[in-house]
Amino acid sequence: MTDTPLLQVSDYRVGFRTPRGLARAVDGVSFTLHAGKTLGIVGESGSGKSVLNRGIMGLAKSAHQIESGSVLFNGAELVNQDRQALWGDEISMIFQDPMTSLNPVMKVGKQVTEPLRLHLNLSKSDATERVVELFTAVGIPSPRERLKQYPHELSGGMRQRVMIAIALAAEPELLIADEPTTALDVTVQKFILDLLMRLQADRGMAMTLITHDLGVAGGRTDEILVMYGGRVMEHAETDDLFSNMRHPYTEALLASIPRLDHAKHARLNPIPGSPPDIIEPPAGCRFAPRCRYAQDRCTTELPELDHDGNHGYSCFYPVGSDANAEALATNQQRGHTATGLQIRAKETV
Amino acid sequence: MAGSGTAHLRSGDENVILSVENLVVEFPVGKGRVVHAVSNVSLDVLEGETLGLVGESGCGKSTTAKAIVQLPPPTSGSIVFDETDLTDLKNEDLRRMRPKIQMIFQDPVSSLNPRRKVFDIVSEGINIWNGGRGGEFTEDRIVEIIEAVGLDAETARTKRPHEYSGGQCQRISVARALVLDPKIVICDEPVSALDVSVQAQVINMLEDMKTRYGLTLLFISHDLSVVKNISDRVAVMYLGKLCEIGDGDLLYQSPAHPYTRLLLAAVPDPSNKHASDSEVLAGELPSPIDPPSGCRFRTRCPNVQEICAEQEPQMAQVAGGGDQWVACHFPLVETV
Repeated sequence: MTDTPLLQVSDYRVGFRTPRGLARAVDGVSFTLHAGKTLGIVGESGSGKSVLNRGIMGLAKSAHQIESGSVLFNGAELVNQDRQALWGDEISMIFQDPMTSLNPVMKVGKQVTEPLRLHLNLSKSDATERVVELFTAVGIPSPRERLKQYPHELSGGMRQRVMIAIALAAEPELLIADEPTTALDVTVQKFILDLLMRLQADRGMAMTLITHDLGVAGGRTDEILVMYGGRVMEHAETDDLFSNMRHPYTEALLASIPRLDHAKHARLNPIPGSPPDIIEPPAGCRFAPRCRYAQDRCTTELPELDHDGNHGYSCFYPVGSDANAEALATNQQRGHTATGLQIRAKETV
Repeated sequence: MAGSGTAHLRSGDENVILSVENLVVEFPVGKGRVVHAVSNVSLDVLEGETLGLVGESGCGKSTTAKAIVQLPPPTSGSIVFDETDLTDLKNEDLRRMRPKIQMIFQDPVSSLNPRRKVFDIVSEGINIWNGGRGGEFTEDRIVEIIEAVGLDAETARTKRPHEYSGGQCQRISVARALVLDPKIVICDEPVSALDVSVQAQVINMLEDMKTRYGLTLLFISHDLSVVKNISDRVAVMYLGKLCEIGDGDLLYQSPAHPYTRLLLAAVPDPSNKHASDSEVLAGELPSPIDPPSGCRFRTRCPNVQEICAEQEPQMAQVAGGGDQWVACHFPLVETV
C-alpha cells in the first residue's frame, strides 16, 4: 500500500436541478480509499450511495446535474472532467441488474471481447482466448460454449458473472460494485460476493461495495461508510463499526433488521418515519426527525463528521457517550424528542 | 428435497383452515413440453397460524400461492379451504369464496391503480360485495381499516398512490386485502421491495393486523431472516417440491435437509451460526421442463448417492417427535 490513496474524495457534492429546487443527492462526502482495500457504502434508497459512485465514475452526467468538491484518482482531479478515458482500465463498474446491463441482442462473447479489443488492442483471437480465461476465473462452466449465447440464455447469477468478467477485462484499479447481488438469490449472492473478494485479492484492486444490507457489507469489507440523506453518518473500520457503533442511525438500522437468532414473532424495532426529502432537507441533522436522541441543537445545527481516532461519526450525541445517555433520558422524561417524535419511557434497543 | 408424501399433514381434529394435497401445476410450453412448476406439494395451515414458504427464484413458491387462489387453477390436486374444495368450484361459487382469501403482492406501487384515489382503491371490494351481502360493511369499516394500517383516512380520500411512499403503498395493499374481512391472507414477498427500516414497520403492522383481525397468513419470501421472524411453521421448496417443513425454531436450529442447510449457510447475517465459507451451493438450477429423476436436489447435493436418482424421497418425521419433517434419503438429522 502506498501513501498516496488511490481515491481521495473531499467535500464532494452532486445536485440535480428539479422544478422544485436543487435535489442534494450527495451533500458533502469525504473519504479515502487505498489500493487493495474494500470500502462498503451502506444506505437505504435515496441515501445518495449510488449517485456518489456514479458521480465518481462520471456516469450521471446531464445538463441538470451539478457537481462540486474534489475527487482525486491517483492524484488527478476528476470533478467536472470527462472521465470516459478512465473507464475500463482504471475504473470499472458492475451494476445491480444483470439483465438490463447486458445488451440483449449481442452474444455475450462479443460483449466481453469489446473492452479487451478497445483497451488492450488485442486481436480477435487473442481477445477470445482472454475471455475464456476470464470466464474460467469468474466460475462460468464451459466458457467456450457460453461465448455464443445471448444473455437471455443465462441465469441471473451467470449474467452477473459475465458482467464481472466485462468489468475486470481491462484490469481496472478500482471496481465499483453497485448492489451487485441485490437481484440474486441468497446462495448465488454468496457465490458472487466470494468471487469478488477472491478476484480483488488476486488482482490487488480497490473496490467500493454499495449495498443496502449491513450483513452483506459486514463480512466482506475493510471499512464501512454509512450514508443517509446524502451525507456520511458514520465511517469506520468494519469490525470497529459493528463492535462500537457511534451514530444513532447505524444503531437504529442494525436494530431494525430481522435476524436469524431472533425468536419467532420477535417484535422488530423499525425506524419511525420515512427517509428525508433531499430537496428541502430538514435543517440540522438529516436524521433528527427519526432519531430518538434528538435535542434542540440537532434541529438547527448540521453535525460535521467528527473523528475519534479512525472512527468518524457526525452526531452531537454519539451512541455510548454520556451526552447520548442524557439526551435519551431527557427525551424519555418529556415523552418526545426535540422534533416531536413520541418516545416511550422504557424503550430499549 | 424434492420429495413427496403427506406424512407431515396434520390430522383432521386440529383446526386446519387450508389444506393443500398433491398440488401439481404444469404449464405447456409447446412441442409437447411441460414446465413442472409445482409437483406434488402438500401442506396445511392451521387457523391463526403463519406458514412461511421459502425458496429461491423458480422454486414454485409464488405458483403455489397463485394456485391456491385459483389464478390459474392447478393442473391437479385438492385445495380444501374451510371444508370446501376450491378446485371443484366454478364461476359464481368460486367468486363467492374470494373475499375470504386475499393476496398482497411484492411491488406495492404497481399493484395499485395509479389513477384512483386511495380511499376508492380500498373500498372497491366493499362496493362490489355490499350488493350481494345487504350492506354488511359500511364506510366506517373502510375508515377503520385505513386507520388500522397506520394511514390517515381523510388524506386517503384525496390522494393517489404516487403521493405515498413504498411502505405506505404496502399499507394500502394490506388495507385493501383486509377490508372484506378475509380468513387467510397470502402475502407474496410483501416486504422484498422495501428498505430495511420500512420493512420492519410493515412486518410489525402485519403482526398487529393478524392479532387484531384473527388472520391466518401464508407468507412467501426468499429472505430466511424475515420468514424466521414472522412464521410459526416454515416450508422450504426447491424446484417445485417440498424439501422440509416444520416448526420455525426447530428447522432453523438444526436443518434436516442438505438444501435447507446450504440456504442457511448463505445468509449474510452477523448472528448466523450456520455461516460457512466452505459450503457453497454448486451448479445451476436444473430446468423445470426436464427435472432430475428421483430427488430433484440430487444434481447439486453434497451427500448424493445412487438411490437419490432412482427413488423419490418421501416426507418423514425427524426423530424426537418434534414438528419437523424432511424429504431426503440421507437427512442431516435422524428421522423416524
